[in-house]
Amino acid sequence: MTKEEIKREILRILGEDGRLSAADIAERLAVSTHEAAAAVAELEKNNIIIGYSAIFNESELPESKVKAIIEVKVRPEREGGFDKIARRLSKFPQVSSLYLMSGGFDLMLEIKGSTLQEVAEFVSSKLAAMDGVLSTSTHFLLKKYKEAGKLMEEEEYSERLKIVP
Amino acid sequence: MKNSYVAPHISSLPKSGIRDFFELVNTMEDVISLGIGEPDFITPWTIRESAIYSYEKGNTHYTSNLGTIQLRKEICNYVKNTYNLEYHPENECIVTVGVSEALDLVMRAILSPGDEVIYHEPCYVSYAPEIRMAHGIPVAVSTYEKNAFALDPDDLEKAVTDRTKAIVLNFPCNPTGAVLTQEQTEKIAQIAVKYDLIVISDQIYSELTYEEMTPSIATFPGMKDRTVFLNGFSKAFAMTGFRVGYACGPKEIIDAMMKIHQYSIMCVSINAQHAACEALKNARQDMEMMRNEYCRRRNVIVNAFNTMGLPCLLPHGAFYAFPNITSTGLSSMEFAKELLISEKVAVVPGTAFGECGEGFIRCSYATSMDGIKTAMEKIKTFLDKLKTK
Ligand SMILES: Cc1ncc(COP(=O)(O)O)c(C=O)c1O
Repeated sequence: MTKEEIKREILRILGEDGRLSAADIAERLAVSTHEAAAAVAELEKNNIIIGYSAIFNESELPESKVKAIIEVKVRPEREGGFDKIARRLSKFPQVSSLYLMSGGFDLMLEIKGSTLQEVAEFVSSKLAAMDGVLSTSTHFLLKKYKEAGKLMEEEEYSERLKIVP
Repeated sequence: MKNSYVAPHISSLPKSGIRDFFELVNTMEDVISLGIGEPDFITPWTIRESAIYSYEKGNTHYTSNLGTIQLRKEICNYVKNTYNLEYHPENECIVTVGVSEALDLVMRAILSPGDEVIYHEPCYVSYAPEIRMAHGIPVAVSTYEKNAFALDPDDLEKAVTDRTKAIVLNFPCNPTGAVLTQEQTEKIAQIAVKYDLIVISDQIYSELTYEEMTPSIATFPGMKDRTVFLNGFSKAFAMTGFRVGYACGPKEIIDAMMKIHQYSIMCVSINAQHAACEALKNARQDMEMMRNEYCRRRNVIVNAFNTMGLPCLLPHGAFYAFPNITSTGLSSMEFAKELLISEKVAVVPGTAFGECGEGFIRCSYATSMDGIKTAMEKIKTFLDKLKTK
C-alpha cells in the first residue's frame, strides 16, 4: 500500500472507531505498526484528524445536559465576511458545533448547557447581544436517535444458522 | 425385499459430509462460529426499506417468468459495467431463486443422462449433487495449496473425455478464497473451446475481490456463446434470505432454463425482485463498505493463523480463510470436533468440500472483528493445549 492509500484507509477506520490503536490499524491493513503510527501522527500533525471523542446516549447519562440548535442570522463584515463573527462565537465553550449554512439563515450553532435557563441566558445575553447578530431562532433537542453514524438503540439482530456451507 | 420408493440417483446422493458435525454444533451453547457461509451484516436499509414499500404498494402478484423487466435491465446494465459483458435483458438473462436455483436449472437444461461435468475441489457442496440430480456424472479435479488452490489448466484437460459436457468454475472460491490469474483463465477458455464445452461460471463472490478482479471467463475469445454467467445478491449485498440470483448466457440455454423455471418455480418473489433492483440502483456504497470491512478482517485472520503456526494463504476473494492444520497431526474432522469441544469455536473441516480438503479447515470471516479476535485467541489456546498433551 502506498502512504496515501494507508492514510485514506486510516481515515475510514478511525472514522468508524476512533479508539483503535496503531497496532489494531496495522493488522487490519496488513502494514507494520510503525507505518500505521507514522501515518496517524502525520494526519494529526496536519490537522486532518483534529481530535477524538466519545458518543453518548444522553438518556442514559447520570446527569443530563440540555442541547439546542440555534439558527442565527448575522450581518457579514466588509472584511472577513462571516468568518470573523463565526470565530468569535466558536470560542464560547457552550458552543459545541458551529456551521455556516446555505439557505434561510447564516450560522447554525449547537449549544450545550446544564439547564434550560443556562442556554436561554447564553442566547439572550451573549449571542443575541453580539454585534452583527441580527436574529436567533432556538430549537431544543428532545431526543437523540442517532449521532455520528451510531444508533442509540442497537438494531435487533436475528440469529444466523451456526454452520452454513 | 420391497424396492425403495426413492429413485436410485437420489438415494445414492451422499448426505452432506458435515451433517453430524452440524448436529453437534447445534447442541452447544455460546459457540463462536467461523462456520457460517453468509454475511453477518444485515441487508442494507435502503434495500429492506424498498422491500417494505413494495409490500405497502400491494405488489403481491406473479411476475414474468424471467423476472421483472426492470430488474433484468438493471442486472444486464450492471453486468455490462462491472464485467464488460453485454446481455439482452429480453432473452439472455433470467432471475432465479438464488444461484442455487440457477445451478439446478443450468444442469437440467444442458445435461443428458451420462454426460460428465468437471468441477474443481475443494468446492461448494452443491455442485456434485446438482449434477447427479440432473442425471449427469460429476468429475472432480483437485486443486492444491501449492497452486494457491487455482485450477491447473493441465489437470483440467486431463479430465476431459468424450462425455464431458461442461465445466463449473467458482472463482473467487468457496471454501479456499482462491482466484484465477488472467493466464489461467485464458488457458481454461482455450480448453473449453478446443473440446466444445460449456462453462458454468459461478461468480457469486466476484464482488468480494480484494485485489484486482480477473476478467470473467466469458470475456475471452469464443467464450461468450458457451458461458453461463451466474451471480446473485446473497453475498455482495448481504441478501441471503431474500433468495435472488440470476443467470446470463446464450439465448438458447437461458430459454431452456426458463422452461424448467416456468414449470417448477414460476417466478421469484416479486418483493425480493424489487429489493434486488434497489440493491443495484442504490446500495453500491453499502456493498463497498462491507467489502472494505471483510478485507480488514481477512488481514487480521490470516495474520493470526500464520503467527500461531497454521500456514494460511492470503485469500484474494470471498470471505473464507483456509489454513493448513496438518502440523497438528489431526485430521480436519478431528481438529474441528476437538476445537469445538475444547474451546467452543466452530470451523468447517476442509473435507466437507471434497477429499482434497483434508488437512485444512474453512474459517469464515463473515463474523464480527471481535468474534474473530476471540476465536483466534481460543484457537491459539487449543494449539498450546495440543502441544503439551
Ligand atoms: C459458491 C457458491 N455458489 C452458490 C451459492 C448459493 O447462493 P444463493 O443460492 O444464496 O445465491 C453459495 C452459497 O453459499 C456459494 O458459496
